[in-house]
Amino acid sequence: MLELDDLHVGYGRTTVVHGATVHVPEGGITAVMGHNGAGKTTLLRAAVGLLAPSRGRVLLDGDDVTRLRPHRRVRRGLAYVPQGQQSFPQLTTAENLQLVADTRPRGRARTDELLDLFPALREVMSRKAGLLSGGQRQQLAIARALITEPRVLILDEPTEGIQPSVVAQIERTIADLTSGDDLSVLLVEQHIGFALSVADRYYVLASGRVTSSGDGGDDSHATVRAAMAI
Amino acid sequence: MDALFAQLFAGLSLGSVLLLAALGLALTFGQMGVINMAHGEFMMAGAYTAFVVQSVVGDAGLSLFVSLPAGFLVGGALGVLLEATLLRRMYHRPLDTLLVTWGVALILQQLARDIFGAPNVEVRAPGWLSGNVDLGLLQVSSARLFIIVLSVAAVVGLGVLLKTSPLGRRIRGTVQSRDLAETVGVSTRATDRMTFFIGSGLAGVAGVALTLLGSTGPTLGTNYIVDAFLVVVAGGIGQIKGCVIAAFGLGTLQAAFEYSTTASLAKVAVLVVVVVFLQARPQGIFSVKTRSLV
Ligand SMILES: Nc1ncnc2c1ncn2[C@@H]1O[C@H](COP(=O)(O)OP(=O)(O)OP(=O)(O)O)[C@@H](O)[C@H]1O
Ligand SMILES: [Mg+2]
Repeated sequence: MLELDDLHVGYGRTTVVHGATVHVPEGGITAVMGHNGAGKTTLLRAAVGLLAPSRGRVLLDGDDVTRLRPHRRVRRGLAYVPQGQQSFPQLTTAENLQLVADTRPRGRARTDELLDLFPALREVMSRKAGLLSGGQRQQLAIARALITEPRVLILDEPTEGIQPSVVAQIERTIADLTSGDDLSVLLVEQHIGFALSVADRYYVLASGRVTSSGDGGDDSHATVRAAMAI
Repeated sequence: MDALFAQLFAGLSLGSVLLLAALGLALTFGQMGVINMAHGEFMMAGAYTAFVVQSVVGDAGLSLFVSLPAGFLVGGALGVLLEATLLRRMYHRPLDTLLVTWGVALILQQLARDIFGAPNVEVRAPGWLSGNVDLGLLQVSSARLFIIVLSVAAVVGLGVLLKTSPLGRRIRGTVQSRDLAETVGVSTRATDRMTFFIGSGLAGVAGVALTLLGSTGPTLGTNYIVDAFLVVVAGGIGQIKGCVIAAFGLGTLQAAFEYSTTASLAKVAVLVVVVVFLQARPQGIFSVKTRSLV
């Protein structure tokens, strides 16, 4: 589905990710874990096309999309929820969703479905996104990404700084979405417990390298903790 | 009393011309951080478009209504050409764009000289715009009244476009966060190009309007570009609200100074006022926390 193949990514002269290979197969959740500054966000930014890798390839459905601009990757079924509850702060919640729905033939109908999934957003439709709470903004960001009906959803720390009840809701939504084979999720998480409870496969990233990977079985906890301690 | 109203009208009239000239700049400068010195030459191109259209169409009234959209298209096309060939590589490098577009401006002036000759050309105003209108309190030039209406229509049109249309949402989204816009599926390059098309098209419209006030020459634009930038900077970059207030404010100020001194002294006085104002409020009339339009 999505393959990050030996990616080397950095900023200017400094390389941050040194040859990471991550495979996101069809269906299910693939988790990437690692400490602060390990290069998780950098890796994801290369996956969506905001950063150009100095080496390596990004494959989507087997096609090389390394040189494709982000909006073209979105058209091919990639969606990205960046870290930090980003939104268009001066646009209202409704406009944030509409902006994306505009680009899709089924956008409007899809927006209604997503508002049923995130009813809290209905109450704040006419409020500027910059004025929403962090939890509301994260729900907006996830709903906005899902309007494009992606086949691969990339989530960068979706539960960071969010109250437990909303985390639980986001967790449920992710689990629901991936119950079929229509959507694969690439999830970056710091909370090992949460990540391993939902993930089918995991990778551990340390200092820009994959140091451990496996499936989310019972012994994965200990393995991941050991890998992250390096 | 009459003199006061006459002054006020002169200010409004000057303000509306400034507004037409500055509106497109507010868009291109505000959104992309591009200092387009050729904006004035896009106005000049609009004015010559009116001249060409009139020599083809003949009738002054009809030609005005053909010229307005034609000037928009000509200005817009020039803008897109400039954007696609040169500016695309220079976003948010104001100094580079300043130099490059200044060069483009000189080339366009020379091009106009080669095509239309150095002497100014005249575009006839339609009969119903050549006299005065009686507003009760005073007689005003109908051409100037027309330009005031046109500038208000341009502001309202642009506002509605930005506020309610899909393109408007894309433009505002791209200004607020380019990366985010790209990753939710918006082609920010196509959006930039459309923004430049509209901004430059508005310059073309301004040029057509200017033919109603005087003759058209290759350096028509140079008379307006500095004032237009003053309006954009004083209004708060990228702010249409601020742009409107600054245009009418500066227009009124200039008219008032002109009344008591000479035109060139008035220009200096206005410049001083703007500089002092920007010392006190560097962000312009409206502060720009996130650089947003509307
Ligand atoms: N725009 C940038 N310019 C230069 N260096 C950067 C930039 N963004 C990140 N870095 C550096 O790259 C390294 C990896 O950052 P990255 O954001 O990918 O980490 P992360 O694993 O996502 O961390 P966190 O868990 O805190 O989000 C860090 O050392 C960081 O300082
Ligand atoms: Mg990160």
